[in-house]
Amino acid sequence: MHPVVSIVLQRLALGLMTLFFVSVIIFMAIEMLPGDFTQAVLGQAATEETVAAFRRELGLDQPAYIRYVQWVGGVVQGDFGTSFSGRASSGVDRSREVVDLIAPRLANTLFLAGITAVIAVPLALALGITAALWRGSLYDRAVNATTLSTISMPEFFVAYVLILFLGSLYPVFPSLANVSAETPFWERLYRCALPALTLTLVIVAHMMRMTRAAIINLLASPYIEMARLKGLSATRVILFHALPNAWAPIVNVIAFNLAYLIVGVVVVEVVFVYPGIGQLMVDAVTTRDIPVVQACALIFAATYILLNLLADIISIVTNPRLLHPR
Amino acid sequence: MSESEGYSAAAEVGAVRMRRSWRERAWIELKKAPFTAWLGLVIILAYIFVAIFAPWLAPYGEADAQFGAYEPWSAAHVFGTDQIGRDILSRLIYGARNTIGIALATTLLAFLIGGSLALLAAISRGWVDQVLSRAVDVLISIPSLIFALMLLSIYGSTTLSLIVIIAVLDSTRVFRLARAVAMNVVVMDYVEAARLRGEGLGWIMRREILPNIMPPLVAEFGLRFCFVFLTIAALSFLGVGIQPPTADWGSMVRENASLIQFAQFDIKAGITPLLPAAAIAILTIAVNFVVDWFLMKTSGLRDEH
Repeated sequence: MHPVVSIVLQRLALGLMTLFFVSVIIFMAIEMLPGDFTQAVLGQAATEETVAAFRRELGLDQPAYIRYVQWVGGVVQGDFGTSFSGRASSGVDRSREVVDLIAPRLANTLFLAGITAVIAVPLALALGITAALWRGSLYDRAVNATTLSTISMPEFFVAYVLILFLGSLYPVFPSLANVSAETPFWERLYRCALPALTLTLVIVAHMMRMTRAAIINLLASPYIEMARLKGLSATRVILFHALPNAWAPIVNVIAFNLAYLIVGVVVVEVVFVYPGIGQLMVDAVTTRDIPVVQACALIFAATYILLNLLADIISIVTNPRLLHPR
Repeated sequence: MSESEGYSAAAEVGAVRMRRSWRERAWIELKKAPFTAWLGLVIILAYIFVAIFAPWLAPYGEADAQFGAYEPWSAAHVFGTDQIGRDILSRLIYGARNTIGIALATTLLAFLIGGSLALLAAISRGWVDQVLSRAVDVLISIPSLIFALMLLSIYGSTTLSLIVIIAVLDSTRVFRLARAVAMNVVVMDYVEAARLRGEGLGWIMRREILPNIMPPLVAEFGLRFCFVFLTIAALSFLGVGIQPPTADWGSMVRENASLIQFAQFDIKAGITPLLPAAAIAILTIAVNFVVDWFLMKTSGLRDEH
């Protein structure tokens, strides 16, 4: 087998293993709840029968490994169980399917993360690469100082500063991003401007610094110096000598920051009251609605793991040293 | 030294030979430190001063809600009052104590857990190392904010569970770094010598390895502190971290956020919710400056090759 294929398969297996362990940990969340949580969900006045029915619905009368298999089986088919909220002690069940809560919000979050990525990735790469090429210049130092202070700030600080200037003092954009499924595309884009801008600022700072470091590291390697010394033009050195080896670090930087983006989205959604999955998770945590928390945690963790796996695989596939085995 | 005593080469050589005390050496290093490091140190010391002497500095009590809600900036209330009539300046000052104290306790706990497990893994190697490293690989692959949110929904948002949860999650990163640097040290001859003369595991960890991996760990401590500090601020801001009435900068931002819409009419009111957020940002920037300088001093690590 070609070495690249075997390494890729190895990474895939490792990624799936991690995903399995993570799903076990998230599943355990319901195991770790105190024994009287049914009372907390159903209310003090819940009758014996209601509690028993609720426990049966959750499958608590079965051993944990059977429930795990059923849970994962449901998740694979898009069934995350039913929410804890909306249940009454009288046994009336007005709870909703978790998937109905999540689906519209997931689309919103993906939209926000998507437009942020479309703006942030090219911008950060351009800034990072130019800063690395003109290292030590005034431009480099200015970009560096700005990004260092941006990454030291909490996301909500950046968000509120933007709201103060662009939403309140000079009301250019709305400071609350309330969108619904019916909102037309351009209107939606306009309302998402501030949250997207906040995320972009935070992500660009991280990504630009990492790109710059990766490129500087690369340009310092002896073979680049050799290429320069034998008189090649700067363009040729960068395009044909540096770039093939630069793909791996650049892809890693992008994936790392997209993974960071899905976490940063939680805080930003809460600031702008954006109806996304992060907001839903925070609400579920406050009301201790465990099935919703589990579903959100699983989605976030799976995205995070898959992005990192993808970056790993791309950096292996584009690695010139592995493509031409001796 | 006066001129009349004359110059003595022997005296000067002797003086240089004299071992400088720890304080003198620190002072010499500090004098050479760049401006940003100085700025960072001064800011950190100011924060620590405020945190320690909070009860004497604050004009009113931490949860003293006897004033009108949302009072504007005035001589009596320098930064006004919040939504239930608590003095914002007082809460900012007490917030330094609570926010920094909790973040510091969390970071220390994370280093205690992560550091000792890492040293254990590095010394015993074999299956202990394998088990610990693989467990850390799994834990590190879940974003820590998401993991923290999930665990907080199970164990509830008390200060203790907040500290323990964040510390355990963060100890994974400490473990990785400490294990990597400790691996280079355990193969040294002096560790072998200590083992041969029959020293116990605790002695080897504390007296042989720890002093030799200190510099990277101290720098990591600064960075970890920033990270923990920001995570706790974010959780408090989301309403699942430090709970009221304890004054805390993250939740203060959330509580007063609605004031921002009045910025057009009263810019001071608009700035009020940004004050605690700025307090967080300034401290993190200061710690970053100091860590940058420290890293450059101890390892010559800089982005120039």
